[in-house]
Amino acid sequence: MMKKFLPIIILLLIFVPTFVFTVDEKEQAIITQVGEFKRAITKPGLHFKKPFIEKITRFEKRILSTDAPPGQYLTLDKKRLVVDFLARWKIVDPLVFFKSVRNLFSANTRIEDIVYSELREELATHNLNEVIAENRELIMDEVKEGSSEKLKEYGIELIDVRIKRADLPAEVQQSVFDRMVAERKRISKRYRSEGEEESAKIRAETNKNKEIILAEAYSKSEKIKGEGDKVATKIYSDSYSRDPGFYEFMRKLDAYDKIIDEKSVIFLPIDSNLLDLIRKID
Amino acid sequence: MFKLIKAIIDFINSLDKRSGTNGSSTPSTRSDEDKKIKRLLILLPSFFVLLALLSSVYTIDPGEVGVVQRFGKLSSYSNPGLHLKIPFIDSLTKVNVEKVRRIEIGFRSDRARINVLQESLMITKDENIVDAQAIIQWKIKDPGNFLFKVANPDITIKNTAEVALRSVMGITKIDDALTTGRDQIQVKTREFLQTLLDSYSSGVQITDVKLQIVDPPEEVKDAFNEVVRAKEDKERLINEAKAFFEDVIPKARGEAEKMIKESEAYREQRIANAKGDTARFNQIYSEYKKDKEVTRTRIYLERMEEILKRPKKVIGTDSAGGSINLLPLKEVFKD
Repeated sequence: MMKKFLPIIILLLIFVPTFVFTVDEKEQAIITQVGEFKRAITKPGLHFKKPFIEKITRFEKRILSTDAPPGQYLTLDKKRLVVDFLARWKIVDPLVFFKSVRNLFSANTRIEDIVYSELREELATHNLNEVIAENRELIMDEVKEGSSEKLKEYGIELIDVRIKRADLPAEVQQSVFDRMVAERKRISKRYRSEGEEESAKIRAETNKNKEIILAEAYSKSEKIKGEGDKVATKIYSDSYSRDPGFYEFMRKLDAYDKIIDEKSVIFLPIDSNLLDLIRKID
Repeated sequence: MFKLIKAIIDFINSLDKRSGTNGSSTPSTRSDEDKKIKRLLILLPSFFVLLALLSSVYTIDPGEVGVVQRFGKLSSYSNPGLHLKIPFIDSLTKVNVEKVRRIEIGFRSDRARINVLQESLMITKDENIVDAQAIIQWKIKDPGNFLFKVANPDITIKNTAEVALRSVMGITKIDDALTTGRDQIQVKTREFLQTLLDSYSSGVQITDVKLQIVDPPEEVKDAFNEVVRAKEDKERLINEAKAFFEDVIPKARGEAEKMIKESEAYREQRIANAKGDTARFNQIYSEYKKDKEVTRTRIYLERMEEILKRPKKVIGTDSAGGSINLLPLKEVFKD
């Protein structure tokens, strides 16, 4: 029994692969017959073909990237920009792709060329700042639209174009650095002057407050002193006004007491009231 | 696999050879050949069956998903556990959906940390340049899409992450990027990156975008540090002025208080003195009133006696003071 089946099994093993083939999820294929296109296979799974005469060519079905080398572009405001763009694409029509570019390598070159020129045109209509900040994604959408149209002819669907790096050329970079340094110096100066301004304000305010405090205290204390003087004066006058003559007499004696001390030399005329008794003896 | 089969055939051959040498030589050759083929016919299929059985059983570890393709076409996903597949027809790819992978932008940390300036220098909105390094963490959220939708997912994620980070940096001002805008940059980058990756159906989930450093480039660092110093100088000047305020004002208040207290003391003293002085005067006056003449004379003489005791005295002969001219004044004023 084995002897009967063995040749059949062997024959099957040899021949099955000639008319049956699988297509992976990641890929798609075209079937050609002596160079002539028969059909495209975009669905994964088991497929059949005529043995020997039909030939399979497989292509990627996944999204592919083209990472172009950086190129220099000129913006509307005549600034130079080094841009490194990234394009994502996939093969949607394997036959057209096969006819026009054949392989991934030449597809990459084609995409680079097309996107590059499209990008050059688009960037030339925008100012540097739009490219960097405001409209980056919009600009890239424009580039994508423009390039998509042309890439359709190659069976390629362009998914997006993105700017990976947008840098200034090396020689411009230095001037950017110089500008940054100048800007920082300006800010530093501003901080320091602000500090001085604030400090002067606080010090002036301090001095002002101090003067006010002292002046108010002076006026208050003079008033208090005046009160004292007023009351004292009243007390004195109430008392002394009873006999101004006696007051003067007493006060003069007090004054002499204070004025005349051990160092004084006093001249007493012999005819003074105090010495009249001496004079009489004489 | 062919090597294995060949080894088995060789093994069978060697068995036959051994039995051949034991038995009689030439007549048995024919039957030996038959035996050999028979054995081969039994062994070879059973070997294939065994191989098929072995390769049809597989396990999926926790955290993994098995992606099964039948004739290349995606047929099913298998969860962790033991599973069967049809040999030679089904093919299996295991995908770890829990492992968090990371991408470095602007630096590499394979062995030592190396800065990659080409990646890390980027333009800000105000056309300045910053040096930014980031780590992107991601994992696979859809194994099917991850395997079949995008070629070279690792490179794609890395490039897209650069696109996103630079795009976000392009709408951020340098001062924000260096200080308070970091969280914003991280969040925006993550969102934009996820949007882009979803638009490719990449099956990738960005779990985190972490900015490592955001610095001014080396060439301008000094100037930026100078700004920090200037800021500190400003603070210092203000603090010094505030300290001056704190020092001067309380002192002034103290001085004011002192002035007021002194004047109060003066007032009280004046009043007390007045009261004392007048009290004394009043006492004397009440006595004096009784006999003005006598009291006045008495007070005068008593006080004069007291007062004139102290000084040196010159008694002149007349009130005109002519005798004063004769005095040796130098002698008189010597002490």
